[in-house]
Amino acid sequence: MEQIIFYILAFIIIVFAIASVSSRKMLRSVIYLLFVLIGISGIYFLIDYNFLAAIQLTVYAGGVIVLLIFSVMLVHHIEMELELAKVSKRILVGIASLLGLGVFLTTIYSHEFTVVENSITTTTEDIGLGLLSYEAGGFILPFEVISILLLASMIGAIIIAKGTKLTTKKNDTV
Amino acid sequence: MIAGISIYEILTVTSILFFIGVYGFITRKNLISILMSVELILNSTVINFVIINKYLYPDMLQGVFFSIFIIAVAAAETALAIAIIINLYRQINSVEVKDTEIMKY
Repeated sequence: MEQIIFYILAFIIIVFAIASVSSRKMLRSVIYLLFVLIGISGIYFLIDYNFLAAIQLTVYAGGVIVLLIFSVMLVHHIEMELELAKVSKRILVGIASLLGLGVFLTTIYSHEFTVVENSITTTTEDIGLGLLSYEAGGFILPFEVISILLLASMIGAIIIAKGTKLTTKKNDTV
Repeated sequence: MIAGISIYEILTVTSILFFIGVYGFITRKNLISILMSVELILNSTVINFVIINKYLYPDMLQGVFFSIFIIAVAAAETALAIAIIINLYRQINSVEVKDTEIMKY
């Protein structure tokens, strides 16, 4: 049963990823990306990382996709078609990607992984305790650094999207 | 771990996803499409972290923490990139790569 679900999810992910990078309609390609991200969260549900699957759904399917659709709506006509790269360039890049894929797959299949058979369920409590622990192997410092990074990028995004220089505007009003 | 699925099959799927992302990154000519290809690449690496954690070291959680950090950095990167794209569209009325020549206002 799980095997069948995994194959369906893998099929959805790969087909919609190809559709997403080759579709000529901008908005459709964003929606195909949404299907890819939802399929990936399905894989997280399958291997019992429920918290990560929920993060994937909220941050990517909820946040990033809405942001992308918003920017597509702002900068494009909805009927506009993207211009494609030259055929020779597409074939060349496709061959290079296939070559790289071949290198990856030969490396992966020639390596012996020592897989540990298990069915451990990770709860959100374990993840929270690990993220906030001060002991060896705890992740409290990167956790705090990430919060600073998110704050800084939020302020930066507001200031960049605002466009005009803040100081000159202040001088005008005074 | 997923019953009946070996680690090789999942790594194959993520490798394919990674190279689809690389293909899109090189062939697309629109800034937003390039950003979407970057999302594909980042997502395939996140699945790799999680799968290797679950299959090889199931009693540890390091892969999950790293994937959470990758997702956070990717979200911050997307927000900043879209802010830059919108500002650029105001300046030059285009989001094509070939028209993009300025990086300041």
